[in-house]
Amino acid sequence: MNAITTPDNVVVVGNGQAGIQLVDSLRKEGYTGAITLIGEETHHPYQRPPLSKDYLAAGKDPVPLPLRPEKFFTTHDVDARLGVRVTSIDRTARTATLDDGTTLAYSTLVLATGAANRELAVPGADLAGIHGLRTLTDAQALHARLDTVRSVVVIGAGFIGLEFAAAARARGLDVTVLEYADRPMGRALTPVMSGFFADAHGRLGVTLRLGEGIASFDGDNGHVTAAVSTTGHRYPTDLVLVGVGVTPRTELAAAAGLDVDNGIVVDGSLRTSDPNIYALGDCASFPNTHAGTRTRLESVQNATDQARHAAAAILASRPGKEPGSGTGVESGSMPGSEPAGGTGAELGGYADLPWFWSNQGPLRLQIAGLVAPGDQTVLRGNPAEEKFSVFCFRNGTLTAVESVNQPADHMAARRLLAAGLPLTPEQAADPDFDLKAYSKQQPATV
Amino acid sequence: MANITYHHAKGNVDSLDAEPGMTVMMAAVIHGVDGIIGECGGQAICATCHVYVRDEYLDGLPAISGAEEEMLETTVSPRNPARSRLGCQLTAGDHFNTIEVDIPDEQD
Repeated sequence: MNAITTPDNVVVVGNGQAGIQLVDSLRKEGYTGAITLIGEETHHPYQRPPLSKDYLAAGKDPVPLPLRPEKFFTTHDVDARLGVRVTSIDRTARTATLDDGTTLAYSTLVLATGAANRELAVPGADLAGIHGLRTLTDAQALHARLDTVRSVVVIGAGFIGLEFAAAARARGLDVTVLEYADRPMGRALTPVMSGFFADAHGRLGVTLRLGEGIASFDGDNGHVTAAVSTTGHRYPTDLVLVGVGVTPRTELAAAAGLDVDNGIVVDGSLRTSDPNIYALGDCASFPNTHAGTRTRLESVQNATDQARHAAAAILASRPGKEPGSGTGVESGSMPGSEPAGGTGAELGGYADLPWFWSNQGPLRLQIAGLVAPGDQTVLRGNPAEEKFSVFCFRNGTLTAVESVNQPADHMAARRLLAAGLPLTPEQAADPDFDLKAYSKQQPATV
Repeated sequence: MANITYHHAKGNVDSLDAEPGMTVMMAAVIHGVDGIIGECGGQAICATCHVYVRDEYLDGLPAISGAEEEMLETTVSPRNPARSRLGCQLTAGDHFNTIEVDIPDEQD
């Protein structure tokens, strides 16, 4: 069976959480062909989430947590090329060219290129002492500097900015956060949860300035000395952390003529407009069944679950397919029209429930589902005790749950949302309603 | 220096020295002990570092937090009421100087 073996080489561009999980899943699912993994950074692949949290705590140089052990590339027979970049893709020849001059042939190309930090374009933005936080190198630089500074200014009250703010406060530093919008983490959270975090950061001793963007930086001898806000306030500082969001790394895909629209456009199989090329993780814009629209998500869950799905999709598309026959059929969207393939199980479109977390000082925020503007919100628990959840409903249907220091609510919410179990706002608000037990029952219908 | 011994389902054993502050999960991930992933980076948010602590080392371990409790209900291999823990919550120096754990079948 399946005796046809064309020279397989899955080339993966990007060695973050998505790229590494994809490689792992391909091998776990039994793929025995060649795998080449390309990473821009020279570090062995490491976990990013701790970099804005535990990694910044005072003390000796922290150890980065590897995504997989050093021996992974050997045990999984992966040709890993670190410290190099793909400069172009030739879709007709099916090759990728690297900046060291190498050209690699691929049967399947996977773009897991991630995102890049958005940079400020205000006067003084290139002064020394102004940092971003994305890579291990960024975190190492910050860890070293935090031992020597007294005050920091954070630009942007998003997840990264506020995680950093909490970590800096824990070191006893003076922390001011400038946010041009009227509430923190406004794109991701309900107004009630944003309001809670604004107050909570105040209790931690963070000065949160809402409605104030950054206008410029003052410097002395090339080093930043103050941040000047759009309202004209001047905040003297030793160090600035910029956390104003990211842009997806789509330049390679765009240059190759793939569809790009706030991310590399993929179908439910995570396949791009070229059937031999997949994209996943932070860089991919996918049809999101939970949002009812196309979205791009930046999270560990999204990266790893999409990697598992893409690995299955890549393997399901292989047996018996003529190389280059690219029919354009979207394998995830038309299950009824799929030929009886060699793999048996029908692979539906990617539909895993999105979930997120953020640790800010003593506050552990967990989100299940996607919060949308205008959702009806119901409180469960007591914000004054810093233990509560916000349940979001749209047209009477549960859509998302935000939890602070309530892991049981979060896990129950994930079960409810994944299974599509109905919940009423009254049940959500009723402290006597056993949410956990209810969430563990099987759905009434298959 | 503390010592951590990981017993695999197949019978093989990894034994490591760990600096104080290192967790059972971190030491395993850094040194390449199979069966322990630590997908969430040690936040007790996933259950990919589930281990069974051998009985004689249970004393001195911290109480199970609310977060760990929830994740222990989602482990791939069945939970053992006394012995199941998340490796990311067990810290050398703070909670043990010597510990032995079994890695669940389904993770290994």
